[in-house]
Amino acid sequence: MSEKIIRVEHLQQFFPVGGFGKNKKYVRAVDDVSFHIEKGETLGLVGESGCGKTTTGRSLLRLYEPTDGRIIYKDQVLFDSGKVPLVDENGNDIIENGVPKLGKKTAVNMYPYRKKLQIVFQDPYASLDPRMTVGDIIGEAIDINKIAASKQDRHDKIIEVLKTVGLNSEHANRYPHEFSGGQRQRVGIARALVVDPDFIVADEPVSALDVSIQAQVVNMFEDLQKERGLTYLFIAHDLSIVNHISNRIGVMYLGRMVELSESGEIIFRPLHPYTKSLISAIPVADPRVSRERSRIVLEGEVPSPLNPPSGCHFRTRCKYATEQCAMEVPKWREVEKGHFVACHNIERIN
Amino acid sequence: MSKHLVDIEHERLSFFTPAGEVKALDDVSFYVNEGEVLGVVGESGSGKSVTSYSLMGLIANPGKIIGGDLYFNGYHINEMSEKEMRKIRGNEVSIIFQDPMTSLNPVYTIGNQIMEVILLHTDKNKKEARERARELLTLVGINEPDKRLKQYPHELSGGMRQRVMIAMALACEPKLLIADEPTTALDVTIQAQIIELMIELKNKLGMAIIMITHDLGVVANICDRIAVMYAGKIIESGLTDEIFYNPKHEYTKGLLKSIPKMYEADYERLVPIEGTPVDMLNPPKGCPFASRCDSCMKICLREMPPVKDFSETHYSQCWLNELEEDNNTEGESVCLKK
Repeated sequence: MSEKIIRVEHLQQFFPVGGFGKNKKYVRAVDDVSFHIEKGETLGLVGESGCGKTTTGRSLLRLYEPTDGRIIYKDQVLFDSGKVPLVDENGNDIIENGVPKLGKKTAVNMYPYRKKLQIVFQDPYASLDPRMTVGDIIGEAIDINKIAASKQDRHDKIIEVLKTVGLNSEHANRYPHEFSGGQRQRVGIARALVVDPDFIVADEPVSALDVSIQAQVVNMFEDLQKERGLTYLFIAHDLSIVNHISNRIGVMYLGRMVELSESGEIIFRPLHPYTKSLISAIPVADPRVSRERSRIVLEGEVPSPLNPPSGCHFRTRCKYATEQCAMEVPKWREVEKGHFVACHNIERIN
Repeated sequence: MSKHLVDIEHERLSFFTPAGEVKALDDVSFYVNEGEVLGVVGESGSGKSVTSYSLMGLIANPGKIIGGDLYFNGYHINEMSEKEMRKIRGNEVSIIFQDPMTSLNPVYTIGNQIMEVILLHTDKNKKEARERARELLTLVGINEPDKRLKQYPHELSGGMRQRVMIAMALACEPKLLIADEPTTALDVTIQAQIIELMIELKNKLGMAIIMITHDLGVVANICDRIAVMYAGKIIESGLTDEIFYNPKHEYTKGLLKSIPKMYEADYERLVPIEGTPVDMLNPPKGCPFASRCDSCMKICLREMPPVKDFSETHYSQCWLNELEEDNNTEGESVCLKK
């Protein structure tokens, strides 16, 4: 059995957006999201802008303090609000004497875990300090985590990691502006790698890059995974890239996870109406295929997360929506082995 | 004379920067037929936007057209004055910019901005112009047009703003619409809506479109022909099918291989194009792609390859195509990478 390296249970992340007392308003950026990631696998997270995929990645590293939920790294509970039910092996809530059994309130000091859990940011132009040399940017990670025995060791570590990401030792003395976009993203990856992590959140690492450079970076992610047994949470809005790199894919819509399964399943046999339209909306770079296939073009736009629709968030754009969809939030359930969906009407639609 | 709507012949355009001359366009020639969608693809900095901006006379200092001829619908663009240019800009040729967030004026209402175009180019009065603006908003699929006319850009979503941009561009029923990465800033589901809208409007109004994009998926979806640009040159051009199924330039081939295929059941590793785009300040001699090309030969570093035609519509500039037939250049065809 493979080891679950990250478990996220009932994660919620609300941001206050004005108002006082009872009228205080919140954006429900992430609303009751649960998933796990196994060792050595890549979980892709896709969705439109504002659906909460980046927030999920950041909350799970506790770059934001989650509003509610539980985050477990290997066997260590990193965060537990104490208000959500414990979850058993199969992902079901544990019920004792008719009431859900809650976890114990926990919030560990993340410092020792930062070494193991790292992140690569989206924009390689904004995420590197322009006044620091690349060597110092990477060296800072080494210093903070105190992983170098000596100055020489620190230097060697920097050079080694630069080589790992396809740069060379001479680059250590240069500043970020001297690099191209693809090279900068390599620096961002080097910074994450130098502390020897187990798990990396890759937050849209290629979307700012040109097509021909994207493939270089994607391949590097794959090579590093093979060499070092890394685990990724790969966040992107480009489904074709996510499909390429991921073992499993989670689809998010307006703060909630709507579907999660093996990547092939998601692409070829999507069950949720939103996933279906998302996949059919992607322009395929093959004229013959794109001429033949029929597209489901969604009407309307994503509603504001400040004021999401009641019940199922997707119902305002869903052609299958019923009264039930407006009343109840659909349950997150496993319809087939490893294939999770949140939709009332799965059986009717498929 | 040809019946092409647009004819660009050997255009050269440079930016004279303090650091030196940047040859943004180097001997670029292409044409667009009436009612046709031409896709221009290339990496950032390859000159794809500049090409079409120059067609609208939108090149500002330090940029300058230093050679070639630009014809549009019988006008000789590069010999027209700014005053003459203003008459056709927004009227017979119009443009949609990449970022709908920044290309609308935040202090005027949507209605105001659409009406401005109409009042400027037609002899309609204000009332008629407002009516026309209403019509246009309906045409681009915006509901409650009366309410929208009174709204400001910040009150609309990204997709909605892009629709407004399209409505403005179509106000005078242009013969040519230049779309500069119209969907890059939008989400996929909204992108699908906009593309659908553009195809629909093209069929309804019969205009030609120059579609500038780096997204090969978008190109495959709506273009009749494609021009591939690299470092200020069109290195290959042909019908969409010719480019996708029979690419003749190493860069085009590389580009097609470097994107993941969605509907492929088996995992296939991506084949990236190694290296980085050329420095436009110091372009290399010979073929600009040589330094990243896996089949780079001696001659590639020295001379720009000639244009070779494969069909009436398909041509490319690559030494590989020349040497297959011409054995006299032995020694030149030694592959440097293997």
